[in-house]
Amino acid sequence: MVTSKTSVSVLFAGDSGDGMQLTGTQFAETVAVYGTDLNTFPNFPSEIRAPAGTISGVSGFQLQFGSKAVYTPGAKFDVMIAMNAAALKANLKNLHHGGIIIANTDGFDAKNLRLAGYGEENNPLENGTVKDYSVFEIPVVTLTREALADTGLSTKNIDRCKNMFVLGILYWLYSLPIETTIETLRTKFRKKADVAEANIKAVKAGYNFGDETEMFSQHGRYSVAPAEKKPGVYRRVTGNEASAIGLTAAAKKAGLKLFLGSYPITPASEILQTLSGLKKWGVKTFQAEDEIAGVLTSIGASYGGALAATNTSGPGLALKAEGLGLAMILEVPLVVVNVQRGGPSTGLPTKPEQSDLFIAMFGRHGDAPVPVIAATSPVDCFYSAYEAAKIAVEYMTPVICLTDGYLALSSEPMLIPTPDDLASISPKFAKERKADDPPYLPYKRDERGVRKWAMPGTPGLEHRIGGLEKQHETGHVSHDPENHALMTRLRAEKVERVADIVPDLEIDNGPEKGDLLVLGWGSTYGAIKIAVEQALQGGCSVAHAHLRYLNPFPKNLGEILGNYKKVLMPENNSGQLIHLIRDKFQIEPVGFSKVQGLPFNEMEIEAKITDILKEL
Amino acid sequence: MTDTLSKLTAKDFTSDQEPKWCPGCGDHAVLQQLKNTMADLGLKTEDVVVVSGIGCSSRLPYYVATYGVHGIHGRALAMASGLKTARPELSVWVATGDGDALSIGGNHYIHTIRRNLDMNVILFNNEIYGLTKGQYSPTSKVGLKTVTSPNGVVDYPMNTVALTLGSGGTFVARVLDRDGKFMREVFKRAAEHRGTSVVEIYQNCPIYNDGAFDVFTDRERKADTTIYLEQDQPLIFGAEKNKGIKLDGFMPVIVDLKDSSVSLDDLWIHDEKDKLKANILAGFFDDPDTTENCLPRPLGIFYVEDRFTYEDALDQQIAQAQADGEGSLEELLAGKSTWTIK
Repeated sequence: MVTSKTSVSVLFAGDSGDGMQLTGTQFAETVAVYGTDLNTFPNFPSEIRAPAGTISGVSGFQLQFGSKAVYTPGAKFDVMIAMNAAALKANLKNLHHGGIIIANTDGFDAKNLRLAGYGEENNPLENGTVKDYSVFEIPVVTLTREALADTGLSTKNIDRCKNMFVLGILYWLYSLPIETTIETLRTKFRKKADVAEANIKAVKAGYNFGDETEMFSQHGRYSVAPAEKKPGVYRRVTGNEASAIGLTAAAKKAGLKLFLGSYPITPASEILQTLSGLKKWGVKTFQAEDEIAGVLTSIGASYGGALAATNTSGPGLALKAEGLGLAMILEVPLVVVNVQRGGPSTGLPTKPEQSDLFIAMFGRHGDAPVPVIAATSPVDCFYSAYEAAKIAVEYMTPVICLTDGYLALSSEPMLIPTPDDLASISPKFAKERKADDPPYLPYKRDERGVRKWAMPGTPGLEHRIGGLEKQHETGHVSHDPENHALMTRLRAEKVERVADIVPDLEIDNGPEKGDLLVLGWGSTYGAIKIAVEQALQGGCSVAHAHLRYLNPFPKNLGEILGNYKKVLMPENNSGQLIHLIRDKFQIEPVGFSKVQGLPFNEMEIEAKITDILKEL
Repeated sequence: MTDTLSKLTAKDFTSDQEPKWCPGCGDHAVLQQLKNTMADLGLKTEDVVVVSGIGCSSRLPYYVATYGVHGIHGRALAMASGLKTARPELSVWVATGDGDALSIGGNHYIHTIRRNLDMNVILFNNEIYGLTKGQYSPTSKVGLKTVTSPNGVVDYPMNTVALTLGSGGTFVARVLDRDGKFMREVFKRAAEHRGTSVVEIYQNCPIYNDGAFDVFTDRERKADTTIYLEQDQPLIFGAEKNKGIKLDGFMPVIVDLKDSSVSLDDLWIHDEKDKLKANILAGFFDDPDTTENCLPRPLGIFYVEDRFTYEDALDQQIAQAQADGEGSLEELLAGKSTWTIK
C-alpha cells in the first residue's frame, strides 16, 4: 500500500555526534535529484559537542519536500527520526498530531533516559507519551552492527554508519531511490573505500529492513510525486554558498578580481570558506586578524580596483561600522554580506533573527547612508549578493546585503542561470591623463552623482584621499562649513538615486487593493507566502508584498501601502522595519514580532491575519 | 605629469599641498628623506601608494605626489595589506605613528608583521600623542607628565624593535629624525627588502614632548648614548671610539678599548642575519637619564630575513589552481552536482 502525498516534512534529530546534518543533507540531495521541490533547515547547538545524550546536545535537520512549490521546512513535521531520548523530548511538541516517530531504541536505554531528563524508569516510548503517534521502534545500532559485522571495521566505525541505516529506512518509506546517496558516498569517501562500502551497505540494509520487516506492513509506504518545475539545470545551494557564488559571479561579470577580507563568525563563516576554495576563479580571500581588519583590508583592495567584499554577522557589523563610514566617504565600492543572528552581544549565535536592520541602516557616525538589500530565500542570497555588487560598483558606495542564519544554512534547488541571464555590471574607471589634460578631479560626479574609480598605477591620476572631509570635486581636505554641507547632501543624494534601478515592488499574491497587506522583508518570505495563500483560500481579502530593497525603498512602495486598509508587518525582531515605514509614510502598520531565535511558521502568521481581519 | 623616461627627483614626489606640521617637527625631515628615497629608487609616481591611519604623521600621504589613502585610526596596516594583496605590483608605503601602529592598531601591527607582505612601514615614534594634544603614548617613558598622566606615566613603555622581532619581522631598523643621510640609506634598504620592512624613527615633537630624544641626539651625549650598527663591523661607540661591546655568553658587556687586555677581535661583530643577536640588541633599551652605565641605544638595521611574502604565496596558490586555465562563469554557476528537469 502506497499513499500519495503532496508534501512531507521530516526532522532528523539526534546527538551532535550522530551525523544528523549529513543524513539530512543526503536526504535533501536525493529528493532534489528525484525532482521534488524542497527547503531545508538545520538546527544545531552552538557548542561543538555538548554533553552526549542531553537536550542541549540535540542536533536537528528539518526539511520539507513536495510536488508543489515548497517555501519553508514546514511549520511542524510529519515524521521525526529520534536517535535518542533527548531528541524525542526536544522535538515532540513540533510533530504533527498523529505523525510518525522512528525511534532508535538503542538510544532509549537507562543512561539516555536519565540524560534526557525522563528518568530511568520512565521511558516515553512505554509510558503513553507517544500514544497519539505512529511509532516505529527500531534498534538501529544493533541492526547496523549485525549488517556490517563482516566488514572488518571496528565497532566504533560501524556505529558511525547508523545514520545511513536510518536513511535507508526513510528512502524505503517514501519510495525514494538510494542511488544518489550511493554515488555521493563513493565520492565523499574516495580515499577510504572500506568506509564508503560500509556506509552504502548500511543504507541498503536500512532500505531492505523497511521492505522485509513486518513493522510497516499495516502502515504502508508513501510517495511524493516530482514537482512541476521550470525546465532547466538545477543545483542545490545554501544561502551562504549562494552569497559566495553571487559575489564571484558579479566580479566575473564586471571584469574585476574578487577580494574578500573577513573574520570567521557564525553563521557567516561558510561564505569565507566557500570563497577560499574558489582560487580557480582568481578569488583572493584574506582571513584577517579581526572584523575591523576584515573591512579595512577590503577597503584597501577596493581602492586598488578590486571588487571587494567582507562578510560578517551582527557583532562583526558593529566592529566594521567605522570602516563602513570610511568606505562611504571615500566613495569606493564595497559589499558587506551580514548574516544576521540572534542578538544583542553574542546573543544566540547559531539561531536566526532579523535584528541587524537598524545597525545596517543607521549604525555609523555622521550622516552615512548606504544602500541595504535583504535576501528572501537561499537562492535569493545569490541574486542579492550579485545586485549588491552591481550597486556598489556602479554607484561607488558600500552596500549592505542582509541575509540571516535561517537562509544562510537552509538550502533549496536553484535553477542555474546562464551568464547572459545575469545583469551587466559596468565599472566606470577614470582614464589615464596626458600632460596637457586638465587637472584630475577625483570627486567630479556624473549626472547620477557618482565619481569615477581611479586605479593606482594609472599615470596622471595620482591623488590623495582619506576620511577627512573632501573639497567638492578636487577631493582636497576641506573644513569649509558650506562644502561639508554640500558633500553630505551629494553623498546622500547619490544613495537615494539608487532607487532609479530598484524594480517596482510587486504584489506577490492577493488582490491589488483590499483589506490587509502583509508586508515582509528578508527570510520571512516563505512563511508569509504560505500563510497568505492559505488565508486567500479561506476567502480573506489579504495580499503579500515583500521587500528586498530596504534602502532606498522601491519608488512605488507608498502607493502600494495606500491600497489597503491595514498593513501587517511580521519581523523576526521587536519591530525594526515598522519604524522605517511609519517614519517615511506616516501610516500606522500592525507589528508582529517573533524573537525566539526561530523563523516564523505559516500558522502563526495565518492566525494573526485572521485576527486582524476579524477586527476590521 | 611625469616623464617616465627621465628619472624623477624628490620634487616630482612633492604634492601641491603644503605640509601642515608644526615648525621644527621631525616629520618634515622624514617626508624629505622619503621623497629622496622614492627618487633614488627610480619609482614612478603612479606606481606608489602611501597609506596612513590617523595622527600627525598620518597626514603624510597628502604631501607626496603619488597615490595616497588616509584611513582611520590604527588601521593603516590593514588597509595597506588589502591593497597589496589585491595589487602586488604596487609599491606600498605606510606612514604611521606610535599611537596609531602600536596602541589602537597594535593587533594589526603584529599580524601584518608576521604575514610579511612586501610593504614599507615608516613608524614615527615621538613617544606622545600629538594630534590629540599631548596625552601619553604606549612608548612614553615611565614618569612622563602629560595631560593624562599628571603624576607621571605608570605604563611600562613598549619596545618597538623587540615587538617587531617577536612578531616575526623580516626587516627591522631604527633611525633618528636628525640623521637625514643615514635615514635615506636605511629607507632605501627597507624599500629594497622583499617583505614588510619597519623603520622606527625617533621623531621629536617640539610642542608636546620636546627633547624626548635629546639624550640620543645632543652633540655632547650622542656618542655615548647611541651605537650605529654596521654590517660585519664591531660594535664600537663613544666620543673617541673608545668603547666596545662584547658578548659574555648572551650578556652584552661594555668594554674599554683603551684597556690593554681588550682586543678588537673580542668585540661583537654585527650581523643583520643573526636573529638571536638582533633580539639581544633590541634589549638595549635602558634610559640613559635614569640608568647608570647603560648600554647605548642601537641605530641602523637590526635584522634582515629573507622569507616568503604573503602575496607571493597566495598568487602561487592561485596560479596552481589555474594551471589548467581560469574557471569560467558557467562552471562557477553550475557547481559540482547538478540535475536536469525537462
